[in-house]
Formats: sequence, C-alpha cells, structure tokens
Amino acid sequence: MPRMTVDPNYCKGCGLCIAACPKKIIRFSENINAKGYHYAECFEQDKCIACKMCYVTCPDVAITVEK
Amino acid sequence: MAKILMKGNEAVAEAAIRSGCRLYFAYPITPQSELIEYMARMMPKVNGTFLQAESEVAAINMVYGAAGCGKRVMTSSSSPGISLKMEGISYIAGAQLPCVIVNVQRGGPGLGDIQPAQGDYYQATKGGGHGDYRLIVLAPSSVQEFADMASEAFDLADKYRNPVMILADGMLGQMMEPVEFKEPKSDEEIAEMWRRHESWCICPNEDEPNKHHHEINSLEIDPQVLEQHVNRLYKKYAEIEKNEIKYEEYNVSDDNEILCVAWGTASRVVKSAINEVKAQGKNVGLIRPINVWPFPYEAIAQAIGPKVKKVYVFELNTGQMLDDVKIAVNGKVPVEFWGKVGGIVFTPAEIKTKLEECF
Amino acid sequence: MEKIAYRPASLTDVPFTYCPGCLHGVAHRLIAESIDEHGLINKMTGVAPVGCSVFAYKFFNFDMAEAAHGRAPAVATGMKRARPDMHVFTYQGDGDLAAIGTAEIVHAANRGEHISVFFVNNAIYGMTGGQMAPTTLPEMKTTTSPYGRKTDDIGFPIRVCELLDSLVAPYYIERVSLLSPADILKAKKAVSKAIQYNKEGRGFTFVEFISTCPTNWGMDPIKSRDWAKENMLPFFKPGCFRDKGAE
Repeated sequence: MPRMTVDPNYCKGCGLCIAACPKKIIRFSENINAKGYHYAECFEQDKCIACKMCYVTCPDVAITVEK
Repeated sequence: MAKILMKGNEAVAEAAIRSGCRLYFAYPITPQSELIEYMARMMPKVNGTFLQAESEVAAINMVYGAAGCGKRVMTSSSSPGISLKMEGISYIAGAQLPCVIVNVQRGGPGLGDIQPAQGDYYQATKGGGHGDYRLIVLAPSSVQEFADMASEAFDLADKYRNPVMILADGMLGQMMEPVEFKEPKSDEEIAEMWRRHESWCICPNEDEPNKHHHEINSLEIDPQVLEQHVNRLYKKYAEIEKNEIKYEEYNVSDDNEILCVAWGTASRVVKSAINEVKAQGKNVGLIRPINVWPFPYEAIAQAIGPKVKKVYVFELNTGQMLDDVKIAVNGKVPVEFWGKVGGIVFTPAEIKTKLEECF
Repeated sequence: MEKIAYRPASLTDVPFTYCPGCLHGVAHRLIAESIDEHGLINKMTGVAPVGCSVFAYKFFNFDMAEAAHGRAPAVATGMKRARPDMHVFTYQGDGDLAAIGTAEIVHAANRGEHISVFFVNNAIYGMTGGQMAPTTLPEMKTTTSPYGRKTDDIGFPIRVCELLDSLVAPYYIERVSLLSPADILKAKKAVSKAIQYNKEGRGFTFVEFISTCPTNWGMDPIKSRDWAKENMLPFFKPGCFRDKGAE
C-alpha cells in the first residue's frame, strides 16, 4: 500500500508538499520538531497514490515514498 | 650533467618540471613572461598541463583546485599580479595546500614599472593576504639558486602542506648565468608523490566501508573550531621556524667593523662593494638571508662581531627587511639603511661610497 | 513494499541549512539523484560557492572543495586538469557566478572545460541579507536598491545562459525552473543530461535554475513561487539554448 513519510528532523514546515499533493492528504502536524517547525504529516495514508509529487517538491529531502 | 647558460625565468621553469611539477597556470606579465612561455613549450612535452588563465586571480584559483587534488602545481607572476593572487594565497594557506608561487618583482606600487625591485618583501613575509598565515619565502640571488629553489620549494610545500613563494626579481628573471640541473624525477617517483597526498586530497572514492569525505576548505564557521585550526597552523609554522632557517655569511668574522644585511640581487652588489673596500683594508661582512621567511634573526644577532660599529641594510625598496633586521639587532648596535627604488638597481660604486662614509 | 523515493546516496545525512521553502535543496537533490543514476558517486567531486550554499561541501557525499567567491569555475578547472579521471561540477548563486565570478565562468565556458556548472538564480543575494544581485529585476526593491533597481543608473539583469550561448565551445546550456513539481521534473531531465554529458567527457555543461528567496523577498514559500513565475520567468525564459549532443 503506497505511503509517504515525513522525517520530522528534516522538515521545516514550508508547506510545499501540502500544496503539491493531488489527494490533499498532507497537513501540518500539531506537534513541533526540535527546531520549532510544525512538520508535515500524512493524515490519510490509504488515499496515497505514490505520485511522488511531495518528494519532488520537498526542499529538505524529508520525504520517503513507498509502494 | 653539464652547465647550461640560461635565463633565470626559464631556468626556474625547467627546474620545476624536473621536480615533478605537472600543472602550471599563469598569466603573462613583464618581467616574467619568459617563464610562462617556457612552460607553454615544455609542459606538453612531459604530458603536463599548461593553461594561460584569464587573470592572475583565475590562475591562483586553478592552483588551489589542482593542489587540492594532491598534484605538484605552480604559478608565477610579478608584483601587481601577485597582489591579485593574495586572496587565493590566503585560501591556499588556510586549506593547507602545497604549491609554489614565483614572484619576479618589479617596481611598484601600482602599475610601477618593469624593472627589478624588492618592494614586495612585506607582502611576502608579513601577509599580503588576509588573516593569520605565513608563506615560506625563498629569496634567490643567482640563476643557479633560483633553479635549485624550485625543487626545494616543492619539497617544502609537500612536507608542510603550505604554499611556498620564490621571491625573485626582474634582474634574476632576465639575466643569463650558467646553471646545472638535477636529474628529472621519474614517472614512478612522481606517481608516488601524488599517492602520498591521498590521505587528505580530492581523489577517487570507494564504496563503504572505505569511503572518504575529504574537504578542501578554509571555512570554519564555529569560532571555537577556527581558533583550533589557526593554532594548528601556527604550531606548523613554529616547526618551520625551527627547521628551515637558511642564510649565507660572506666575509663574516670577528674583525668586521660593519655588518651588512642584504637579500636577493641587492646582496650581489653588496658583495662586490665589500670586496672593493677590503682592498682598502676595511673589513665588512655580509649576512644574506636565503629564506626570508622564516627569517634568520638569531643568525644575524650572532654575526655581529665585537668590533661591529653598525649594521647596514641595503635593499631595492624603502626599507622592508630593515624592520626584521632591527628586531634581530635589538638595539645592540645602530642600524642604518640605504636603498634604491623605482626599479633601479644600485651599483657597487654607490654601495662602496656608503660603506666608506662609515669609516 | 519498496522505497520509490528516498534520500539519494550522493547526499549526506546533514540537514540542509537553507530557509524553509528555499529551493536550493531541490537543486541539490536533483544533482545528487543524477550522480547516483549515472553511477558516478565514487568519481565525483564538486566546488561549493560563497553564498547560501557555502556549506554544500557538507551536503554532498563525496570529496568537495570550497572556493573563494566567484572562483569556483577556476578551481574546478584546476581540479579537472589535475584529475581528469574524476568528474567535477560547480554549484553557484547569482552573486558568485554573475557578479564577482563573471570572468571565471565566461572563460571556463569559453575553454570548454569538462565540468558541469549549476547556477541557482533567485535575483537577490540571500546569505548576506538581501542585497541586489546582477539578476535583480528592474524596479525590484532590495536592501541595496531600496528605491527599486533603477535601470538608467545600474542597468538590467544579466541573462547568463544567453551570454554563454554567444561562445563557441559550450556543449549544453539550458535554463529550467524549480517553481512547480512539473517544472522540477523537467529540471531533473536537464540536470541528468548535464551529468551524463559530464560522464561522457563531452565538454562544458550549464544548467540555470530559476529559484526563489522567500526570506529576502519577504514572502512565504508558496507566494514566492507565484511571484517568481509571474516576474522572473518572462525575463529569464526557460528553455534549451544549445545541446550539441542532440544535433
């Protein structure tokens, strides 16, 4: 089952993956990472189609996509 | 091997190639253009790289890149061009890269003229580039010495991972004297030289677990780390100061009434004058620093004999090595200076007059 | 389950020091992916500039050199001439390449040096706090053009691809945008081609990326992309200027 994971240590909460996701299944977490950023997280993994657009646009290589 | 009559600029180039230098980047400038032209003809013959860069700035940065890859590399220029290289030299020293830089000095400041001078002593020995670093500086006074210093310079550069400057002048660059060269290094010897640097230089990698990540870099954004780095550099410089003092004593004895200090071309003129006044019964000695950094402070102090009335410094500038001589003499006896600027080389007669005035 | 998108081997684990939403990280990743895909990681080396990407030597997972401001193409020339068996790239911003480094890039390109140059153009000096760049647009306000860039006083932005395209030697020159996922996919093709040509020893390759600077433009990452699309792309037109390999 496709899934996207964000490594909170790398994410800077820039929001580009949220804008890129065609299924709109990424949001800012309520939690913050050690640098104080609300990192991105996928909240509906079963809707993920592994299009990789989140990975493509992420400037911090924080995202891993599996299929 | 037999001696050949050769121009200084060409002799140092030939000696560099024989020492295993296989990359040379430079820009033409009088009075050292024969050096770059010789390299243009001869480097391809040993399958080396000759590249005329777009500026002295570009050339020194090409040297940085090639030195970062662990190969013997050289550049040359003359005073205004050496000023352009100062940024690059500071980076090379900070990144601890071995290389050789030849300065064939001419009259300055600014565009100056194209005649021989010694006005870059401060630039070479007291900085020139920004920050705390030192250049090892060799100052030849004959074409043979100029050539010999090529291989010395490369050896010192490799030994200490530091840039080395050969501080010559337009006279040495242009004049022709007999010179004997060392046997050229073999391809195997050169390959071995390159291999020795592979513990730190940029070179092909391997897969884990033998992968390396070498950085050729002088940036240390953390002040604590930069402090340690500079302290490490200065430990190295302390070693060099201990090991690499080199000077010549000419007619130095306890009977000296005057002790002269001069370097490079100036020292040859002083030697002639010393011989002339000797015939008049005046006993004058000369101590000639051969390496001007590290500077032979101790040796100069020791050379001041019991009868010495003054130390006389002669340079083709307004008094630059003079400062170091004053430090060495440390008030023991008066220090006097006479120099010539404008790219004019004083004559033995002029020096003789100055010496006679002391008696 | 298999990973289909993950951190390339040619990047270290060190987190990028760029601002949130800055697209430098995307450019780094495209270069790293291409190096991996072309199997060059053990023979690759690069030169970091002075600018926001001054720490690039920490981010790429192979030997790297740091250069003085603008001098990367000269340093890369020395490296490639010293170790022709290795593959060399430079990574430079608009101040590094188009201001202080203009001579070095023109001459490295003119000599056809066998290096790849990756040029990130965001029309401003990021690292030093938002000063004007040679690529700053007319009337664009920066800390050193507080009244806007006045073209009758200091001229117009420099189009580097067009400049280099006037030279005979360069092998491949393309301008790409990083301003949307679709554009990034196109940019990847250009980067991969540049690395492939580098691997094959074909000559000088150059890719210019149109990028953003959210912090110094004073916009969020999404707005910055929109602003760049509207204002930068009309002046800096993406496209392939030359590709001798396609002839």
